[in-house]
Amino acid sequence: MRQTLASARSPASETIGPLDRGGPAQPLLLVNGLRKYFPIKSGGLGGSATYVKAVDDVSFDVKKGETLGVVGESGCGKSTTARLLIRLIEPDSGTIVLDGDPVGGPRGLSLREMRRQVQMVFQDSYASLNPRLTIRDTIAFGLKANGIDRATAGKRAGTVLDLVGLNPSMFEQRYPHELSGGQRQRVNIARALALEPRLVMLDEAVSALDKSVEAQVLNLLQELKSRLSLTYIFISHDLNVVQHVSDRVLVMYLGKVIELGPVDALYRNPLHPYTEGLLSSRLSMSPRKRIEKPPLSGDPPNPVNPPSGCRFRTRCHLAEDVCSKLEPKLGAPAGGPHIVACHARTPGSGHSLAGKAGPATTPSS
Amino acid sequence: MQKLAKDETSLTAYPLVEVSDLSVRFVSRDLDISVVNGVSFEVAAGEALCILGESGSGKSVTLRALMRLLPPTAQVGGRIALDGMDVLSLGPRELRKIRGGLVSMIFQEPMTALDPVFTVGTQITESVVAHDGVSHAAGRKRALELLELVQIPSAARRLDAYPHELSGGLRQRAMIAMALSCRPRVLLADEPTTALDATVQIQILLLMRELMRDLGMAVIIVTHDLGVACEVADTMAVMYAGRLVESGSSLELMENPAHPYTRGLLRSTVHGGMRGAPLDPIPGSPPDLADLPPGCAFEPRCPEREARCAACEPPARDRDGHFVRCIRG
Repeated sequence: MRQTLASARSPASETIGPLDRGGPAQPLLLVNGLRKYFPIKSGGLGGSATYVKAVDDVSFDVKKGETLGVVGESGCGKSTTARLLIRLIEPDSGTIVLDGDPVGGPRGLSLREMRRQVQMVFQDSYASLNPRLTIRDTIAFGLKANGIDRATAGKRAGTVLDLVGLNPSMFEQRYPHELSGGQRQRVNIARALALEPRLVMLDEAVSALDKSVEAQVLNLLQELKSRLSLTYIFISHDLNVVQHVSDRVLVMYLGKVIELGPVDALYRNPLHPYTEGLLSSRLSMSPRKRIEKPPLSGDPPNPVNPPSGCRFRTRCHLAEDVCSKLEPKLGAPAGGPHIVACHARTPGSGHSLAGKAGPATTPSS
Repeated sequence: MQKLAKDETSLTAYPLVEVSDLSVRFVSRDLDISVVNGVSFEVAAGEALCILGESGSGKSVTLRALMRLLPPTAQVGGRIALDGMDVLSLGPRELRKIRGGLVSMIFQEPMTALDPVFTVGTQITESVVAHDGVSHAAGRKRALELLELVQIPSAARRLDAYPHELSGGLRQRAMIAMALSCRPRVLLADEPTTALDATVQIQILLLMRELMRDLGMAVIIVTHDLGVACEVADTMAVMYAGRLVESGSSLELMENPAHPYTRGLLRSTVHGGMRGAPLDPIPGSPPDLADLPPGCAFEPRCPEREARCAACEPPARDRDGHFVRCIRG
């Protein structure tokens, strides 16, 4: 199937793994210094401009074939990050490299080509479908926009519908309002897959579904991932779902990456006090194990005027003087892939729990 | 924990809420669907019931029926008694009196439930003045007490805040304060924490638990989240396609679920420590209420179905307070 589209689109020489350019070790996506400030008050006539620092200096990579989970509370910038990656919003600064090719710029990948390789599924399954197009036309739309003829695009729409478990003969001619929420989300996934993307961004893609349907869609996503060798960025506020699907997890707080690590290490031994609080806020599934004391107090502060230094210090039980003065940098206190931005975990930061500078000490857990 | 230990005493207490054989049908020119069908339950003072279900199961309609908040196209049948008062026979004037005074509700989305053009203090004061007939100054004093009761920091300053100036968690606290303003004996909550972040959700749930204990209200919470139900409920009731399929004490329901739907719901909920393993979801999707199967509504999706399940609606069985509507009992 991958061949059919590739041959419809490009010369035969490209058909054998046409898109894997960098080899298995090259990260599929490299994001460096991504930044987006939304102005909320212009700075004219002597007033100073005010910004929402939605995404502030975010850097990470996504390896080929992995699922990167992104968690954080509302307003932390996780959805803005996704929209910046696919350029639904133009970043203020930062570079995005897709398998060795920089996105945008004179010699880089064009936006159109990038979006063919990177697709997105949104939370609201109804709002993200055109109510006046049939399911078949919805899916064929992107294909036709990429220069594939009408007949091939229509046939391909049937193939991907089949792939997501919807019988084409039953669903092709229906309109979005004739489908249930779970079916609509399957259509959105089918549309994202129609262009044979390599990276699919799932922005709260299962959050609006009922539990029994959510489980079906999660199973479908896992199956598609291995069948089509996809890479996922899975954004969700549901920590249990993220743990279930992810290989690595990135935690955001007020526009910053504060922790990133392999899922097991991060869930078993969270290094950042915020991650710790977030994880202990998960509700148990037993009336015998009720939570007696809230792990964190207060709401996330306003991203318009985030606290100085470490942005979490206003809710942090470890906060000291140094936290208000210096912004912590991402680092690996124990070495290895688990990184955190917290003074209390960074040797030599001046925090009383951090230990002296020098060889990395094992963090207390 | 304390709530669980109290189970025996609260069961024998006087049921503040008695609902029997409640049915709601939405009827209009080109529509006639039965949304709630033969639902019965009781809640005693100091007790919390959680109604669990997926979208379209009729859980929110049931809750709204208790306050008669349904549109005129709804035909409500059966009996609803709040503190011995027959709610379905009340006129508009009496209804207005019990809404807020005897029974009040917390909604899911505080931003749409609060009026954006009045300060939080004004809105609470207004309802206190209207219900208790006190002076404006006394009403405002009570509003301040209420904001302190729901643990809003610097409450005096927050009285003059508009809803948009508050964060999601504070807005939900303000709404709880408003719901409590006239000392209701029955508190209804429709997905009270669904719109909130995880770290704020647990704060609100703990607050609700504390208020329930201190004020001794009967509380009914509607949610789709089993975790929320486990945190606050003494008893749980599971709804499917407009019917109550199972109810009982929280512990009993979570540890010995008897209905295949409840078991499926528990299985398909993602929880920690099952990374990568395929989930075991309930196949299919909830039925169309306008076109229900003739027998058990869950039969087409049920992994344990038998031939007789499609023939007739299963009878309800009650085993020591654990109620199940399944032919296999």
